Amino acid sequence: MPSELIHKYMRIDHLPHIWCPGCGNGIIMRDVAVALEELIDDPEVNVSREKTVIVSGIGCSSRAAGYMDFNSIHTTHGRAIAFATGIKFAHPELEVIVLTGDGDCSAIGGNHLIHAARRNIGLTVITFNNDIYGMTGGQYSPTTPTGDRATTAPYGNYDRPFDIAQLAAGAGASFTARGSAYHTRETTELIKQGILHKGFSLIDVFSVCPTYYGRKNHKGGAVEMLQWQRDNMVPASRYYAMSEEKRREKILVGILTHNEYPEYTQEYAKLLEKVQTGK
Amino acid sequence: MPGRKKLVLEPEWCKGCGICVAFCPKNALELVGEKVRLKEDNECVLCGQCEERCPDYALYLEELEE
Amino acid sequence: MQGNEACVEGAIAAGMRFYAGYPITPSTEIAEQCALRLPQVGGRFIQMEDELASMAAVLGASATGVKAMTATSGPGFSLKQENIGYGCLAEIPCVVVDVQRSGPSTGLPTSPSQGDYMQARWGTHGDHPVIALSPSSVQETYRLIIRAFNLSEKYRTPVIFLMDEIVGHMREGVTLPRPDELIINKRHISYHDGANKQCYAVPEGKFVPAMKAFGQGERYNITGLAHDVSGFPTNNNAVAGALYTRLMEKIGRNLDDIVRVEEYMMDDADTAVVCFGGTARAVMSAVEQARAEGMKVGMFRPITVWPFPEAQLRARLPGLKRVLMVEHNYGQMLLEVQRVAAERLPVGFLGRIDGTVIPPADILNKLREMEGRENAQ
Repeated sequence: MPSELIHKYMRIDHLPHIWCPGCGNGIIMRDVAVALEELIDDPEVNVSREKTVIVSGIGCSSRAAGYMDFNSIHTTHGRAIAFATGIKFAHPELEVIVLTGDGDCSAIGGNHLIHAARRNIGLTVITFNNDIYGMTGGQYSPTTPTGDRATTAPYGNYDRPFDIAQLAAGAGASFTARGSAYHTRETTELIKQGILHKGFSLIDVFSVCPTYYGRKNHKGGAVEMLQWQRDNMVPASRYYAMSEEKRREKILVGILTHNEYPEYTQEYAKLLEKVQTGK
Repeated sequence: MPGRKKLVLEPEWCKGCGICVAFCPKNALELVGEKVRLKEDNECVLCGQCEERCPDYALYLEELEE
Repeated sequence: MQGNEACVEGAIAAGMRFYAGYPITPSTEIAEQCALRLPQVGGRFIQMEDELASMAAVLGASATGVKAMTATSGPGFSLKQENIGYGCLAEIPCVVVDVQRSGPSTGLPTSPSQGDYMQARWGTHGDHPVIALSPSSVQETYRLIIRAFNLSEKYRTPVIFLMDEIVGHMREGVTLPRPDELIINKRHISYHDGANKQCYAVPEGKFVPAMKAFGQGERYNITGLAHDVSGFPTNNNAVAGALYTRLMEKIGRNLDDIVRVEEYMMDDADTAVVCFGGTARAVMSAVEQARAEGMKVGMFRPITVWPFPEAQLRARLPGLKRVLMVEHNYGQMLLEVQRVAAERLPVGFLGRIDGTVIPPADILNKLREMEGRENAQ
């Protein structure tokens, strides 16, 4: 018997999941489940299981949708945000959560990411960002740091990487944040805030891929990779207490941008009323 | 006594990654044959960090019934 | 009313309340009309960032129970194919309008063509079932798009609505049926609440699963991977094979319900001119002229162009001496006609791929030539 949380919110007959030993995705998927459980149990907020839809694309990350016992849809590669846009726009009362990866949402699906951010449609996008294409065996992705190795970068990656959260913020996302597999409580809290935020929110969560990325780049196993996150990523409470010089060496775990722009489906509701009443 | 908890292990779900062992603040866990278990003289303080970071949901805190 | 407008009005009459699209000639009027009309009826219009996104958004919307549509033309139809296949496998109803234009690639964007006939069948990868309908007039466009939605909902599959520039941009008077004259199908839904591990299961002898829309209280998984009856991915070949077979049989065993043809002056005909879509205008005119010359010619027009009306054509063969296929391409439906008829009869072909319309005179000449009485000029 797994824990009550897992039993209640995941499809346990399909667990243990397919991810490799030490994969950060299982940790992040649990964070999502905890965030949803806390919101569903909170009488102060209007989040219900029946009205929550989990959408994913293709890749390691995207197998998460199938494990989560909600309305779930595992779509085509790169298109999760576009499917999610259709779901949210058709039924704005649904809470639509996109679970995606660095390749899925910023390479093949990059166009949908920036345009959903531009519209500020009320999706919550959670990236399981592991710097690599894991499902296909370890090719470099748009977030693989320059110089790092991958099966398609045997001499080192000569591409420059994206910062997915900055990309989304630049495109107009009203809520962006960074989490990590190591910082479970902070990440869970950021996911909750992202879900409650009315506009487009993106939480870029650094995962770990010990099997391909770690091994290729001599970063050690899952433990060493999580230790790196512990030592180099700093929750907001401590981050802002540090000197600016120190901050430059660290990565913030917390909210990056938070604005109240008009939300797309709410604006459309106004348009509908205007057209139908002639006012 | 309400709120009392215990640590439950599901070795069948454990993939032996060692994350729980490495980040246990009390060093109360170990891997034997790639499966997690509590050390005999364990000092588990039921902090739940292992549960939060286990990618495979192989260990968790459970509320004890009255 | 223009053909493209009739497409929108018919779709709205069928209950379409969600449109996602991307501008492309010659289907743009459909998007423009949806942008104008959908808010008036409480529907939703969204112009997506690209063709792939609009196909994806339509499927997402349909998963929440809304009747959804997109429209495009050749290049966009190519881009939509991956998600059309997703809709087939995941069994999500929707209607995809393709107002065909000339040429491969960007081609002749404003010129008529019927070059997407085979793409409508085989555009997405892998074995899959397809329903495609093709109207030949503005009036028929209105009625047939309603049927496209009905078939889509009934069989839980994307339906391709294969228009051509001839019909899309044609203007003619249309008699709109009263709403109570229309038959509107709704999709099969289950009465299940909570997690459903049998959402894709069908009773013996049935082929279409019943599911609630997202948000209605039933929980299940949708995936584009081969899946078991719970909607969860599987690598089990027997389970995957059973799924794929059911999808094929879902259409293949219901041909009587799905396939429709129009026959014009076929009863005593010894020559059948086969055509579809906007080509029918010129063919009917040529048939009438040929009759005036004493030739026994009729028109056989698939309205359901996929599955091809094989049984209906086969039933006509005993009375025929020859068949002429006329289409605005290099010979696509011709391959189907040859498959059905070529063993028994000569099959002639008249096609055109330069972006101009085949005139009735060319068809008449071809008929004369086939009958061996070419005495024109």
